[in-house]
Amino acid sequence: MAAGRNGFWQRILGIDRRWIFLLVGIGTALPLIFPVNLPVAASPRVKAAYNAIEAVPEGSRVLMSLDYEPDIMAELQPMSIAVLRHCFRRHLTPIILTLYPAGPGLIERALAVASTAEGAKNYQDYVFLGYKSGNQAVVLGLGENIKGLFPKDFYGASTDSITLMRHVNSFTDFPLLIDLSGSTIADYYIRIGASRYHRPMILGATAVMATDYYPYLSSRQILGLIGGMKGAAEYERLMGIVGDARRGMDAQSLVHVIVVILVLLGNAALFATGGIKPRIGGGS
Amino acid sequence: MPALDTWVAALLTLCVFSFLYRDNPLYRFAEHLFVGASAGYLLAVQYQNVLRPNVIDKIGHGNLLPLVPLAMGILILGRMWERTSGMARWSLAFYVGIYSGIAVPSYLQAQIFAQLADAVKPFEPGWGAVNSGLVLLGFLSVLAYFYFSSPHGGIHGIAARVGIWFLMVAFGASFGYTVMARVSLLIARMQFLLRDWLHILPSV
Repeated sequence: MAAGRNGFWQRILGIDRRWIFLLVGIGTALPLIFPVNLPVAASPRVKAAYNAIEAVPEGSRVLMSLDYEPDIMAELQPMSIAVLRHCFRRHLTPIILTLYPAGPGLIERALAVASTAEGAKNYQDYVFLGYKSGNQAVVLGLGENIKGLFPKDFYGASTDSITLMRHVNSFTDFPLLIDLSGSTIADYYIRIGASRYHRPMILGATAVMATDYYPYLSSRQILGLIGGMKGAAEYERLMGIVGDARRGMDAQSLVHVIVVILVLLGNAALFATGGIKPRIGGGS
Repeated sequence: MPALDTWVAALLTLCVFSFLYRDNPLYRFAEHLFVGASAGYLLAVQYQNVLRPNVIDKIGHGNLLPLVPLAMGILILGRMWERTSGMARWSLAFYVGIYSGIAVPSYLQAQIFAQLADAVKPFEPGWGAVNSGLVLLGFLSVLAYFYFSSPHGGIHGIAARVGIWFLMVAFGASFGYTVMARVSLLIARMQFLLRDWLHILPSV
């Protein structure tokens, strides 16, 4: 009997990992095809980001840096669309830029979706400055001379000639900074925009990065934090819209259940088969 | 009928996914195509965004100052030959010096002093005090763990052990978020395949 039980656990340990890939694939596809729309509750961090935009006076311009490329667009693209829609709905004017060379194409797509949904128009409701190479040097330059850094916008118009760019040339001209980033560019905005220029800032980050930025929430260097696809789904819920992030939450939940079950099974199998020998004294 | 670009993207996605079964020529084709296309794209973007406006256009208008950074940039290429590799250090020294000057003060201000001030701020009222206490306890105990100038024994050893627990919780939270991030990437690809390519899901 014990040998039979051991055989079961041995089979669990020896399972071909491709079955697990298949299981995760099915666990992802099924809820997308047959959604059950599990409830999404907004966390205080995402609510704080939402409220920070709500608190900006109508008609203000906000500086928005969307720093991501296709590899992490799954998390940050729905976030960008939701935040852009929020800005348009509140009649704020986002001045948008990216520090990633493959960012402009994604931002144009996000702008197309958000502006169509909210009826916003280029040069009337937003300005897209495009991409600038240099990361930290660019963020430093944003504190001094934005038009010097971006003499033309993404579509080739002189920034001096764009009405919405009048009277904005530095971090200090914006009541709010928004950075949606998948890299240490977020650090540059926190160090320079939020800390040196004391600008209120909200941050959207990939889930991998999110835990690294909790301390800045606590220290109020950032006012709100939107973490990964879950954060984007929470933001969509606060906005009362259904985007790709909310559509993906059923799959996210099911795959997490699968992962938890597999972790428990794997550990149980290891213990049952004596796979782990306790080490006493911590010696190597 | 999906557009041609959707078909290309979908087939390349499937090529990459085929690696989950085992390494194969389709995966390697997609991988090499990605590396080549990325390198070409980056080169073109950097030329258009950096070299042309900052160097070529300015020199064309009679401003010779960009020749200085251009020369320093060319010196970095000296690393490719042993005889000239020493000259690359001049440019690197300049680069490291400038970036240290920019980074160190802002790092100290935003990531050391501001975080220190937050760690020792007065406790919040009510239940918030529990959070404040945990932050302070975690801060001190993790610092104790990373203090290696004395052996981890006695009170220091106990604090270091508590620090390890805090670190483990932080790693666990990070790992949980990482799983979520990776699943998100898969969900987005599935949404693309099922909606944009196969039209199984309703379009947005």
